Amino acid sequence: MAEREQIKKQPSRTETETETEEAAPASTEKGDKLKAELDDLLDEIDEVLDENAEEFVRAYVQKGGQ
Amino acid sequence: MAIVKVLGLETEYGIIIRGSSDPNPIAASSALINAYVAELARRVAWDFEDETPGKDARGFAREGSMPPEVETHLVNAVLTNGARYYVDHAHPEYSTPECANAMDAVRFDKAGERILARSVIAASRILPPGQSIVVLKNNSDGKGNSYGTHENYLMDRSVPFARIVQRVIPHFVSRQVFTGAGKVGTEASSTLGMEVTFQLTQRADFFEEEVGLETTLKRPIVNTRDEPHCDAQKYRRLHVIVGDANLSEISTFLKVGTTALVLSMIEDDWFARAGDRDLTLADPVIALRRVSYDLSLTRLLELADGRTMTALDMQWEHLDLARKYAEDRGLESVGGDEIGQEILRRWEHVLGALESDPMSLASTLDWVAKYRVINGYRERHGLSWRDPKLAAMDLQYHDVRPEKSLYERLGMERLLTEESVVAAMSEPPTTTRAYFRGKCLERWGSQVAAANWDSLVFDLGTDPLRRVPMMEPLRGTAAHVDALLEGCESPAELLARLGN
Repeated sequence: MAEREQIKKQPSRTETETETEEAAPASTEKGDKLKAELDDLLDEIDEVLDENAEEFVRAYVQKGGQ
Repeated sequence: MAIVKVLGLETEYGIIIRGSSDPNPIAASSALINAYVAELARRVAWDFEDETPGKDARGFAREGSMPPEVETHLVNAVLTNGARYYVDHAHPEYSTPECANAMDAVRFDKAGERILARSVIAASRILPPGQSIVVLKNNSDGKGNSYGTHENYLMDRSVPFARIVQRVIPHFVSRQVFTGAGKVGTEASSTLGMEVTFQLTQRADFFEEEVGLETTLKRPIVNTRDEPHCDAQKYRRLHVIVGDANLSEISTFLKVGTTALVLSMIEDDWFARAGDRDLTLADPVIALRRVSYDLSLTRLLELADGRTMTALDMQWEHLDLARKYAEDRGLESVGGDEIGQEILRRWEHVLGALESDPMSLASTLDWVAKYRVINGYRERHGLSWRDPKLAAMDLQYHDVRPEKSLYERLGMERLLTEESVVAAMSEPPTTTRAYFRGKCLERWGSQVAAANWDSLVFDLGTDPLRRVPMMEPLRGTAAHVDALLEGCESPAELLARLGN
């Protein structure tokens, strides 16, 4: 029971908040490590990316789906 | 008590043939599936000659009888894992076998990705030089055309449909925070006054109604197709068209696991019993897009009773109800305690992380993983969100070829070993009727004239075709039929024993 109480959030809290339209939140915790991982990943991305990216995006048309 | 939520996933894959002057998607889809099936036949035949001379042969059967809406001239194969692999409209489609829990659904859905990847290789051997087929597991071409990933859940026929509609819509709208596969930009005519550079889901742009029968236009949040493929007096198959195709095993697991739990609660009228927590939305169609467009996860949704809450809060409400339900009624309907607790544990973890630091889920959920890598690339190269390179990255996240897939590069968390996924390409689940279907196809494929969801039809060469009905999704399991199948040398013997 205690565990349940612990995870229970208060939906009412949002009622007092004003709507915000911020961009996706940036990671703050463990930020440096994550950034290093992302940098390594981005270094590799160009190798994986399709050479004719623009042509592929233009040609990729899917009709008749559900 | 809620019945066991037997479930399955159907995915229409995106397909394009490159290097052809006349790229016909139907022909490409047929070539893809034919190439795979032909390769299976060759491999099984090889096994037959070299290793298992006593057993029959083909690992598949072509269907002879099908539901009326299916184009019968197109390729349609049923695999020994109990799945169906066919051309639907202009797409290759893979339907998992019936699964008795969310973990099996993830396994057989992932096996489908491997089957498509193998098919691409098989097709490359028969295509003219310079041509290649690209297959994507996503739901949108980025130009306003969508194709579906449908979930199916077995429900008790006695549950009033109106109750299902009322109670499941808030879950479908709010679960997008973890089920979304992410998408660059928007394809909707109106974005509700929001700037949409990237959104949580592939599909939210395409939904225009709350309830209806359509699947290709004016898509409804709750689809009313009533075709149970089993005993229609006892069961309903809830056909869910509002989800995304997920690559992340966690996203798929939570998508079907939480939904199976919510449907069990609906079946037991738990929302009303637990002090009527009515979460009915004022405008579900608007809310669906509002959630998908809101990367901050903080926008408020209006409820019919005038309250407002965020999608995350709505999910916390569902989780809280589900925990109480699990304590009171148990978790048998979602596959037992172990899997049920895993659903609850991961559900809680993901909601907590989405609330405190969404980017900490970059190895867990599809939309977060995709956002992080695309936005990182955009910032590094100073690109606009409209740059076609970002659109290309979006598409390439979903490429089924492991060497091309961005998803595969991201080191995503897994629930399954690759070994068990590969096994699921040919071995059926053991705890549903798919076991009987798959094992009969494996042993006597050439004598199976038709394999449907709810029957097998044998052609013994002499008598009229013999039909074995399979109207109970939880009969025909390994526990039920293993001894029977092992004791039979031929389908004639099987039919004789079943007749007794």
